[in-house]
Amino acid sequence: MATIEKHSPATPSGAHHYLNHGKGLWSWLTTLDHKRIGVMYLFTVLTFFLVGGLLAIAIRIELFTPGRTIMDADTYNRVFTLHGAIMVFLVIIPAIPASLGNFILPMMLGAKDVAFPRLNLASYYIYITGAVVALTSLLFGGVDTGWTFYTPYSATAGIGVVYVLCGAFIAGFSSILTGLNFIVTIHKLRAEGQHWDRLPLFCWALYATSIIQVLATPVLAITLILLVFERLTHIGIFDASLGGDPILFQHFFWFYSHPAVYIMILPAMGVISEVIPVFSRKPIFGYKAIAWSSFGIALLAFLVWGHHLFVSGQSELANFIFSLLTIFVAVPTGIKVFSWVATLYKGSIHFKVPMLYALGFLELFTIGGLTGVFLAIVSINVHLTDTYFVIAHFHYVMVGGALMAFTGGIHYWYPKITGRLYDEASGVWAFIFVIVGFNLTFFPQFIVGAQGMPRRYWNYLPEFTTLNQLSTLGSFLLLAGFVWTAFYLWRGLKHGPLAGDNPWNSLTLEWQTPSPPPHDNFAIDPIVTDWPYAYRAENEK
Amino acid sequence: MFISNVHASGFQSSAVETSATLPLQGTQIAAQWDQLYLFLVGLSAFFFVLVVGGMIYLAFRYRKSHSPRATYITHHHGLEALWTAIPTVLLVGIFIWGWSVYTKMIQAPGDAMEVRVVARKWNWQFQYSDGRVTLGELFVPVDKPVKLIMSSEDVIHSMFIPNFRLKQDVVPGMYTTIWFEPTITGKHQIFCTEYCGTGHSEMLAKVIVLTDEQWKTWWMGKKISATIPFAGIGGIAMPQVQASASGGAVKLSGLALEGKALFQTKTCTTCHSDDGSPKIGPSLKGVFGHKVELADGTSVQADENYLRESIENPTAKIVKGFQPIMPTFKGMMSETEMNAVISYIKSLK
Ligand code: HEC
Ligand SMILES: [Cu+2]
Ligand SMILES: [Cu+2]
Repeated sequence: MATIEKHSPATPSGAHHYLNHGKGLWSWLTTLDHKRIGVMYLFTVLTFFLVGGLLAIAIRIELFTPGRTIMDADTYNRVFTLHGAIMVFLVIIPAIPASLGNFILPMMLGAKDVAFPRLNLASYYIYITGAVVALTSLLFGGVDTGWTFYTPYSATAGIGVVYVLCGAFIAGFSSILTGLNFIVTIHKLRAEGQHWDRLPLFCWALYATSIIQVLATPVLAITLILLVFERLTHIGIFDASLGGDPILFQHFFWFYSHPAVYIMILPAMGVISEVIPVFSRKPIFGYKAIAWSSFGIALLAFLVWGHHLFVSGQSELANFIFSLLTIFVAVPTGIKVFSWVATLYKGSIHFKVPMLYALGFLELFTIGGLTGVFLAIVSINVHLTDTYFVIAHFHYVMVGGALMAFTGGIHYWYPKITGRLYDEASGVWAFIFVIVGFNLTFFPQFIVGAQGMPRRYWNYLPEFTTLNQLSTLGSFLLLAGFVWTAFYLWRGLKHGPLAGDNPWNSLTLEWQTPSPPPHDNFAIDPIVTDWPYAYRAENEK
Repeated sequence: MFISNVHASGFQSSAVETSATLPLQGTQIAAQWDQLYLFLVGLSAFFFVLVVGGMIYLAFRYRKSHSPRATYITHHHGLEALWTAIPTVLLVGIFIWGWSVYTKMIQAPGDAMEVRVVARKWNWQFQYSDGRVTLGELFVPVDKPVKLIMSSEDVIHSMFIPNFRLKQDVVPGMYTTIWFEPTITGKHQIFCTEYCGTGHSEMLAKVIVLTDEQWKTWWMGKKISATIPFAGIGGIAMPQVQASASGGAVKLSGLALEGKALFQTKTCTTCHSDDGSPKIGPSLKGVFGHKVELADGTSVQADENYLRESIENPTAKIVKGFQPIMPTFKGMMSETEMNAVISYIKSLK
């Protein structure tokens, strides 16, 4: 076992834990407990996920036929912008780090809380403020620039865009502060005996993510503020008609937004690295390689933004360098994927819902990663960029990768967070809907993209109809899967059987304490005597 | 229309399709692109089966009921080295292949016919060297290289011709270029692929690739050109007009001739000559395509974008031996006029 700490075996329902530590809404809104803050993030993120998801369904319904189906072009443009902005800035970026990370990271380290609990609560309110400011834009007729805000279009679009930019600017600080908090927590608050080579891979992944958050997000902040500044003062920065350079904006924007892709996917990889060993009853294969490859990815993340500009008019030399650097992202990514698959070898595989999501992640992420290689090659990119091929690619990575891992992680830590179990059979069925629905929604988009259908098209050529209809069909299956998931997870909160401390027999520290955990996480400070993946025969019951 | 024997829709409806998943191969480079693309599809399929097939096999082979006790394995350096090295080598190989295709995509032959493209919300306008202007239809001859010199009047747009596997953003304030040599006559779809607002998905056009014969008729014949959507600039656009410039040595046709007229009306002639003699500003004879010495000691190759910058933002680069007194003409000329003036400066060899 990873700890020698002992505690009372089952959780009596009357026990004292973080959920009943304080009572009433106010005790939640003013809490400094990382677990409660994590739960608040979780609910907020899931609420935005619902909104973003419904917008996605609206998009798919509109694209069921060429021309108008349910809305006009201007509405459609606002819908896809809102969908993208919500999903990127308010859902996927905070999803795993701010919700699961906040809850689990300190516990994995054997700590009582994060290093700066007040800052942690502040991050949450900054995030909420950012969201509110961004959504204020809806009062001004919405925003139709796309979540990428390219100039000079965004310089001329309605005033709403200023609110979205300010909102994203504010939300960015929440991301920076969370990253900072995690870095210090990991350095300073590890349990006795938890040497760096005993750090769980989820923590390694969050560490790499935090570095990117702290270094890259300020660039986004500066970029967005420059854009607002230009709009208000008419001093040319990005707008060519004022003497600015529109491509400069794209450089600035992607200097943040490419690393942001890894802010989204690295924590997902961390979740997968925890789930697979637990449900294979085996150490993770290649612990060191997986940990280091996170940093390899984080480093490369800063050097490849130009692959979004291959057809923008940047120089050929820049295209050469960015293309060459980008293909190398596939190497550390491949190392992780191969290691996860190798972990299954001679394991004892338990097909529980978190494991199903981990395997589903592998399927979708592999497709997302391989099609990334297509897009990294300049010549191939020229035809495919800004078509549905790109849409399919990043949904495979962002939704198929980040969101699948998030969903898997929610299931994995659900017993710890709530103290109860969800209904396993419902979970399996919902998973089948999600995975089939996902592939049906997004795989046809690779084909229709390669055939030439551009992205952000409200109207399309009749040739593309069949594939678009398949995609819309898939989105309904996906919706059904998620609605079902929401239902049985909600039900489990009240009606699920008590989980016990450690229903999955995991070795990481968060499981070595009651579920739900007490306010201070651990009755006695844990001491770590082994690494977190020591699934040796003598540790197996 | 006059091009009756052009098949109605060349887009995705021809016998030359490589596979159902890709558009028609409208150029030789498109065929090379497809080879690489299909290779990548094959390679990806292989790795997908390796990873996901392997995953499914292992997960079932070692499921709990068949494998109640796991074996304690932590790593294997040899294996890890292998799955680092093999992908690296493969990726570098793919990169080199990809780059070699790209170099062909970007190197326009010197004799390519130039057409100027002006993008705006939400249509495409094409300006030919004889001064003709068409809207939404780009006429080109088959088997001849064509170079598009593109600029935008408002926001960023992007010229996408799926059949030629070509795409290039069209950016306000600068020129971007692409070239192609179509091998199949007929209409080829053009899309705008950079989001530009309400009419983005309707910002469509066609490349109309004509046979040699059709092309000659179209290029020469006023009768035919009259049936094309046709808008002259400032009332002086006449196809195939030949005239002499001041020295009598330079022959000008359409677009450059318009440029010459504009050169006067926009008062460039106050400071610039076209015969090599400096006035307040340098003579513009022989500037294009040559090296220009700048006041800060550096030098620059005078290409389309340099000329454009000299007119829109004259103080960005000051020619050696001259004062920075040229006023900016930004916002005082339409894209179409800018194209004409630059064509004129280019013609002053
Ligand atoms: C008031 C005088 C003046 C007027 C009017 C003027 N220019 Fe100039 N131009 C200059 C001077 C002086 C320079 C050299 C200094 C510099 O580079 O700014 C110059 C430089 C240039 C150059 C760069 C030449 C080289 O050798 O590299 C171009 C091209 C040019 N002008 C085009 C135009 C055009 C086209 C117009 C009319 C639309 C125009 N200019 C009107 C004074 C003028
Ligand atoms: Cu990127
Ligand atoms: Cu457009």
